[in-house]
Amino acid sequence: MLKVSGIDVYYGDMAALSNVGIDVNRGEIVAVVGSNGAGKSTLLKAISGIQRPRTGTIRFNDTEISRTSTSRIVEVGISHVPEGRQLFPTMTVLENLEMGAQFPRARKCLPESLKKVLDYFPRLKERLSQKAGTLSGGEQQMVAMGRGLMSVPALMMLDEPSLGLAPVLVSKIFEIIQRINQQGTAILLIEQNVFHSLKISDRGFVLENGRVALTGTGEELLASPHIRKMYLGL
Amino acid sequence: MDPHYLLQLAIQGILLGGLYGLIAVGLSLIFGVMGIINFAHGQMMVMGMYVSYWIFVLLGIDPYLSLIVVAAVIFVLGYLVQATVVNRILDYPEAMQVLPLVAVGLVLENTALLLWGPDYRSPQTALSLETLWIGPVMIDVSRLIAFVLAILITTGIFVFLKKTRTGKRIRAASDNRMGAILVGINVNRINNASFGLGAAATGAAGALLLPLMPLSPHMGHDFTLTAFIVVILGGMGNLIGALAGGLILGVAESLSALFLPATLKQVVSFSILIIIMLFRPQGLFAGKK
Repeated sequence: MLKVSGIDVYYGDMAALSNVGIDVNRGEIVAVVGSNGAGKSTLLKAISGIQRPRTGTIRFNDTEISRTSTSRIVEVGISHVPEGRQLFPTMTVLENLEMGAQFPRARKCLPESLKKVLDYFPRLKERLSQKAGTLSGGEQQMVAMGRGLMSVPALMMLDEPSLGLAPVLVSKIFEIIQRINQQGTAILLIEQNVFHSLKISDRGFVLENGRVALTGTGEELLASPHIRKMYLGL
Repeated sequence: MDPHYLLQLAIQGILLGGLYGLIAVGLSLIFGVMGIINFAHGQMMVMGMYVSYWIFVLLGIDPYLSLIVVAAVIFVLGYLVQATVVNRILDYPEAMQVLPLVAVGLVLENTALLLWGPDYRSPQTALSLETLWIGPVMIDVSRLIAFVLAILITTGIFVFLKKTRTGKRIRAASDNRMGAILVGINVNRINNASFGLGAAATGAAGALLLPLMPLSPHMGHDFTLTAFIVVILGGMGNLIGALAGGLILGVAESLSALFLPATLKQVVSFSILIIIMLFRPQGLFAGKK
């Protein structure tokens, strides 16, 4: 469904990604792991059209999207839940969620999407009329993921959803990611939490210094000596 | 001191303050969405006055009736300024954003000079000399109408931002630009609409001011500064604060007539600016960033 091939992304003269290729198939959870600064977020930004690649192609459902506008990319079914959540702090939780449904296709099923989101995150029910800026970190992450779901994406990209959350919440978020996936949404997950994310993933890519260093199924990667040494400290 | 005189001045201040509020709401809206200060804001108001004046002189239509047309014309002006100038400088450092907008102001001012000449003009509209007595207090009817309409338009803008889809998109873009881009909002288009709306607010205020003061091409600067002070008073990007700040500044300027000659009334606004910057730089009603 998504195929990124040989992209180079530069910030000025500095290469953030060189010759990176990944792919996500329908219904999969794919994890991209790596340390800070490996280029994980840049990869998502390139896919959602915020940071343009210099070379290479990005195809979604066999359409080239590497020069497509972000709003069009959201419309065709890729939703990006960014690092740092990027909510609208002075708007209510409900308004934040509604803002996720920008296009006719998503607006038509807004009530059902909203019901689904509140089903994943029942905690948000009592927070609907509260301003998003007043929520706790965990709740904000829930709103961010909820907002991402409101566009009814075929592929949802999550950038560090567990960052800064209490351990109990981390497991909860991963569990919900699996539930979202079971409902038919493919997931591209970016995480520093290597163990947790590879565990729930069908396949994984390891980014190091802007290159794909290693790829395989989640289990293979978890068993790989390189991963165990570099990322799991085993 | 005569308490009636005091009351008279206070009421006049509030009535004028409503217009200041409307002008400042426009400036604050533009700042809130784009982080840009429209240094051509007063000049855009003056353009609103001239458009209104033209319609009045050429077609004989009263400024209150042509208000919507004037607002629409200035909306288009703001939209074009955003699309051609401001969208190019959004990512520049703040100091570099000042000059292009000052330049827009100069262009507008000189366009007015070219089209209408340097002379002061004060059209006699139907109600411009009407007055109303409430007990011992005299109120200019046109001032009262201007105030009421200014408050109505401001309320209209609030409702628009609160309830409509475009309004919510504007608020979203103002709250978090990156977030707005990521949910698929076409932020460039929202920027254009916001600048247009902010300009339309100041243009409408210009039309309402037409019966109240003689107009000339050079009066824009003062209003840009007044609007700027009001916005700082209320908190940058805070729209309710801008309205409240407008009322406060209107009353303060008006009451200053008790102890200062009228030509020195800007001393009051600048003193307020300095005091606010010293003791509460985030504004009375705490703005953003």
